[in-house]
Amino acid sequence: MVKMLIGKKVGMTQVFDDEGRLVPVTVLQVGPCTVTQVKPGGGENAGAVQVGFDDAKPKNVPRPLMGHFRKAGVKPKKVLADTELDGQQSPEPGQQLTVEVFEGVTHVDVQGVSKGRGFAGVVKRHNFSGAPETHGGRFGRRGGSIGTSATPSRVLKGKKMAGHMGAEKVTIRNLEVVRIDPEHDLMLVKGSVAGSNGSYVRVRKAVMPPGR
Amino acid sequence: MADDRSTPKGQDLLRMVEAPDMKEKVPAFRVGDTVDVDVLIKESGRERVQTFRGTCIARKGDGNRETFTVRRIVQGEGVERVLPLHSPHIRDIRVVRRGRVRRAKLHYLRQRTGRATRVAEDLRTRPEDKESEGK
Repeated sequence: MVKMLIGKKVGMTQVFDDEGRLVPVTVLQVGPCTVTQVKPGGGENAGAVQVGFDDAKPKNVPRPLMGHFRKAGVKPKKVLADTELDGQQSPEPGQQLTVEVFEGVTHVDVQGVSKGRGFAGVVKRHNFSGAPETHGGRFGRRGGSIGTSATPSRVLKGKKMAGHMGAEKVTIRNLEVVRIDPEHDLMLVKGSVAGSNGSYVRVRKAVMPPGR
Repeated sequence: MADDRSTPKGQDLLRMVEAPDMKEKVPAFRVGDTVDVDVLIKESGRERVQTFRGTCIARKGDGNRETFTVRRIVQGEGVERVLPLHSPHIRDIRVVRRGRVRRAKLHYLRQRTGRATRVAEDLRTRPEDKESEGK
């Protein structure tokens, strides 16, 4: 079966485990994803499967993409992604894949796009401690000196400075799967996931599960 | 279709996830009430139920995340426990005495000692009393 599915972050809450302890969880709506294409062998991404998630209104889909969906005989989708295959059997175009793909999986990796923070200062972006606002302090949240003088006469590469923060792809590895609810296409993972509620995420079987 | 109203979305889905964790019946108590709480304690492999008595000084959160805070004075020292209302470890909550208060959170009790920590008794009937009569 496929190794990865597309989903949506629903939000966070808590659930009680068997021992009665509270577990912080992120609720993900994983799938149903539709297979839109099986990449032919030989070329790039040979044998990979393209899956789509979330129905799109036809008026919002570019014509060439419409053709792509028509070829597979599926409704237009909002997000598409390629995934490798786990094992030999390859799904057919048009086939529906649900959370049940992850039945029995203990850990998953979840990829999302973190919340955008815009142009962020050095305190927020790099956890600088900042300087006193009072008691005669004049430097507040400024970054301070960025290096020495004549040697090396330049700023070292990778110097932590203010700049754009967030809105980047973040992968959280080895999130524990707490519960799977095939009826509502839901998966509960322990811990947090990047991105705002309602944003798209990619969920895959853990690449490097713990304890190996 | 993508905008099918019948399938739950967003926050409704969250509520749905929380629903099975919630107790079917939660004893009616309010902030200000003196309560006996039976808490399941696990120690050295044994399980036993311990009763904690105190004044409920706060209820917060909703769904299965709701908690309540019980405060009492033990050996001259204030002790507060924040307990998840829907936790399976909370076996029972009994109202010992009803309190009449005008705040949702009784944090002011923390500044007080001795007789000043008492909460006036509420002798009126409450809306939830009628509900329990009907059943």
